[in-house]
Amino acid sequence: MSKHNDTWAPDDDKGTREFTSMTIAGQLFGIPVLTVQDVIGEQRITRVPLAPPEIAGTLNLRGRIVTAIDMRRRLGLPPRPPEMSGMNVVVEKGGELYSLIVDSVGEVLSLDGELFERNPATLDPVLHDVSMGVCRLDKELMVVLDVARILDIKRDQAA
Amino acid sequence: MDDLLREFLTESAESLSALDLELVKLEQNPNDLDLLGNIFRLVHTIKGTCGFLGLPRLESVAHAAENVLGKVRDGELNVTPEIVDTILKSVDRIKGLLTTLEETEAEPEGNDNDLIDRLNAMAEGKEAAPSAPIPVAEAAPAAPAPVAQAAPEPQPQPQPHATPTEMADAAEAAAGRESAVAAQNIRVNVDLLENLMTMVSELVLTRNQLLQMLRGQKESEFATPLQRLNLVTSELQEGVMKTRMQPIGNAWAKLPRMVRDLAHELGKKIDLRMQGADTELDRQVLELIKDPLTHLVRNCADHGLERPEERRQAGKNETGRIILNAFHEGGQIVIEITDDGRGLSKEKIKAKAIQNRLASEAELAGMSETQIQQFIFKAGFSTAEKVTNVSGRGVGMDVVRTNIERIGGTIELRSQAGRGTSFFIKIPLTLAIVSALIVEAGGERFAIPQISVVELVRAMNSGHKVEEIKGAPFLRLRNRLLPLVNLRTVLRLGADAAQVSSDDSCIVVIQVGKFIFGILVDRVFDTEEIVVKPVAPLLRHVSMFAGNTILGDGSVIMILDPNGIAAAAGDVTMTHESAAVGEQATTGSQGDKTSLLLFRAGSGTQKAVPLALVARLEDVDAANVEISNGKPVVQYRGKLMPLVPIDPASPLKESGKMPVLVFQEGARSMGLVVDEIVDIVEERMTVQLGGDRPGLMGSAIIAGKATEVIDAGHYLTQAFNDWFAAASERNQVEGTAKRVLLIDDSPFFRNLLTPLLAVAGYDVTSVDGAQKALALCDAGRDFDVIISDIEMPGMSGFEFAETVRRGGRWQGTPIVALSSHTSPKDLDRGRRVGFVDYVAKLDRDALLTTLSQTIDAQGAA
Repeated sequence: MSKHNDTWAPDDDKGTREFTSMTIAGQLFGIPVLTVQDVIGEQRITRVPLAPPEIAGTLNLRGRIVTAIDMRRRLGLPPRPPEMSGMNVVVEKGGELYSLIVDSVGEVLSLDGELFERNPATLDPVLHDVSMGVCRLDKELMVVLDVARILDIKRDQAA
Repeated sequence: MDDLLREFLTESAESLSALDLELVKLEQNPNDLDLLGNIFRLVHTIKGTCGFLGLPRLESVAHAAENVLGKVRDGELNVTPEIVDTILKSVDRIKGLLTTLEETEAEPEGNDNDLIDRLNAMAEGKEAAPSAPIPVAEAAPAAPAPVAQAAPEPQPQPQPHATPTEMADAAEAAAGRESAVAAQNIRVNVDLLENLMTMVSELVLTRNQLLQMLRGQKESEFATPLQRLNLVTSELQEGVMKTRMQPIGNAWAKLPRMVRDLAHELGKKIDLRMQGADTELDRQVLELIKDPLTHLVRNCADHGLERPEERRQAGKNETGRIILNAFHEGGQIVIEITDDGRGLSKEKIKAKAIQNRLASEAELAGMSETQIQQFIFKAGFSTAEKVTNVSGRGVGMDVVRTNIERIGGTIELRSQAGRGTSFFIKIPLTLAIVSALIVEAGGERFAIPQISVVELVRAMNSGHKVEEIKGAPFLRLRNRLLPLVNLRTVLRLGADAAQVSSDDSCIVVIQVGKFIFGILVDRVFDTEEIVVKPVAPLLRHVSMFAGNTILGDGSVIMILDPNGIAAAAGDVTMTHESAAVGEQATTGSQGDKTSLLLFRAGSGTQKAVPLALVARLEDVDAANVEISNGKPVVQYRGKLMPLVPIDPASPLKESGKMPVLVFQEGARSMGLVVDEIVDIVEERMTVQLGGDRPGLMGSAIIAGKATEVIDAGHYLTQAFNDWFAAASERNQVEGTAKRVLLIDDSPFFRNLLTPLLAVAGYDVTSVDGAQKALALCDAGRDFDVIISDIEMPGMSGFEFAETVRRGGRWQGTPIVALSSHTSPKDLDRGRRVGFVDYVAKLDRDALLTTLSQTIDAQGAA
């Protein structure tokens, strides 16, 4: 698997890696399953005034305060229709919990490194910034997201 | 055992294990500058502490190691396995010495010259001679092993008179042993306490929920057990809080000794005063500010305070004073560290900043003093001319700042040359249960720490009406004007800010420091005990929030930071100068800022006069006004001073006090009677000329209002018809009036300075540009002195001076530069191109002195 360099860090010696799949505005995305702490349904979210627009607000996950990120906004996609409820994919970074609000969460996929390709040159620049690469699944393409880069939200000028 | 020593041992044991790990990492990543910096700091701290505790052996080893590391950090040495080995060896030696220290409470005898020589040789860049037989293999693998897990082998008692080598062996053997002192104290991981705290918070919230539910039921079998639960929870909460809270005095305990030793070492007399030592703060926060505080106090003692003889010369008490003061303010802890020493030297900081390439000369020229002072917080900056044992290796203020900011605090400094320096540290209470007022604005709920709330005022109450001045709301509250902040507006909650006036809307009166203001909210709910949790790093830049919390109903709510809101409300004292630093410095374009005295007199319009022209402000009692020669006069300092009203039509008041602006020239004074003195402002002024009334120079917009700028010269001649004549006569007697050429593109300044100079007896010719001045030169006019502005359209003052100096009629005529910028850089340039002197615009006295000096010098030449 060495030809896929360090971006592909297999979970086991067979070179496969597991991803939690999710859809955002019809597109399939995946994040490494080990980074996911929790998947919960729609939650009551407290808006945070003056926060960057990508931040939907904060929510309470069993006594811990979680910062929720609206993935549609983060990826520059159209807003979710009001009748559609979202799902929270909770991840951790630096001891803090973050929730990625997506349209729906799918199954966990165990994928072979052979299916993985680094970001194609023509990938949308926003996606290019936050994705590690693309997996060629049988029916569709799955964009593999880099959680750290998703959470690296540029502060607005108000800072 | 001495508390200080015990603490030092525990602390050092931790630092040393950290060092081991970091050094091994460094060997693997020799170019990691952060890592190197970290190692350097650790060693620096150990060295420093040893120095204060009077442990020369430890100190000298650490010092030698630090020297080598310093060279590595500065890029003079490369990280080699040899260097890492030797440093590790030094760490082991330090550990050994510490073990003996722990057992006997004294350093073992002997010396470490073998190791120190080796380190020094390295520092000098010589290949480390393998003189001392240091087996490489021994040191390296030993490093990452946690000290605590080493088997406690029976140790030979260290012999009191061991030879250095024996001692070193014993020391190294002992190094692997766990510190007994460290084992005596249970050091609970802060994370554990933090978790405990979180659980208790949860319990508190659950209890609150239960109590809320119970409140709805009159009779319940749960009432009694719940009551009990309530009590227990409260006690538990208190107990857990206590485990985390410590008086700040604990962090200060070491300081008196340290300062005493420092005073001895530096030959200074220092009086350390500590106030508010019982101010409690979170243990974690306390730990984190301990080092920064120590650094700051050390800096005050080392750099801030002068030696006794210097202090005596400066007219100060020989004993320098350092004052530490801690108190709670607006949900924060404020720690002030003040010394009455020499203050920060702007010039030295500038020089250092340039030397260390932190800023260019041009950038510095445009910076305010406060901005320049901020440089001491930059990495790699040190103002001490000598590297002393105490401080001054460029570790320090940047670390202090980083550590304070890491816990969400701020540090500010105020310094006055010759008077001393003050540091203000503000640290938030990151983890504490506080009482908070829950309010609503724009459909969202927020918590306001109760500690900052002074009172609540219902907005729609008849007695309290919200009024607006150009969109900014104010409230009349008990004969005071209370500035208001609409929470919806500052938080940009989107909802129409105009439709605030619902019946429920309330004003929360907040006090932050000395600033009192009101926050306009839609609704006030209740007070609730909340657990302040820090906001996520992604949101930390929003200064309006002090944290967030989970309410009894399980929802997350943001806690407002009264300080942040006060800053948004425009309280000037709250705005941090430091925020502007690092941003583009506002260079050059300050324009001509002028201090103006605003007053009211005659017709309603506000009037202004340049402050520089006014000698004094006096209150004259109408009863003291006499009439002499048909004109009102008053006895003033043993002479008669004529009083002139601004508006000749309106007579002077019959009774009461009248504010008077006193103008003075030589022995003569004149009083300009006004109705009311409004303010003194410093503003960039653009005068629209065309004052057709006598006594009016023109109008300008000052402080947002149309203002008439008066022509002082007009009133001077009113008081003394011969005011100008007398002055020029005086000059006439001494010879011919000195001829002055004034070049300034601004009509305002020409009009201002011409009478001023005329009053002083000069024959003034003024032109509006350098070209016109040169035309006069060509026309064969002669002047005794030329005064030229620097910034002028077309030919600048510098170019003008160069042209004149190059040759021609005026080659020998002295030129005085006149400018609003008098930075040393400008002075230099001015001198180079041929200005004899440099005067700040509107510094009347300086201008006149300079002129007479210049002319005298010319005459003497």
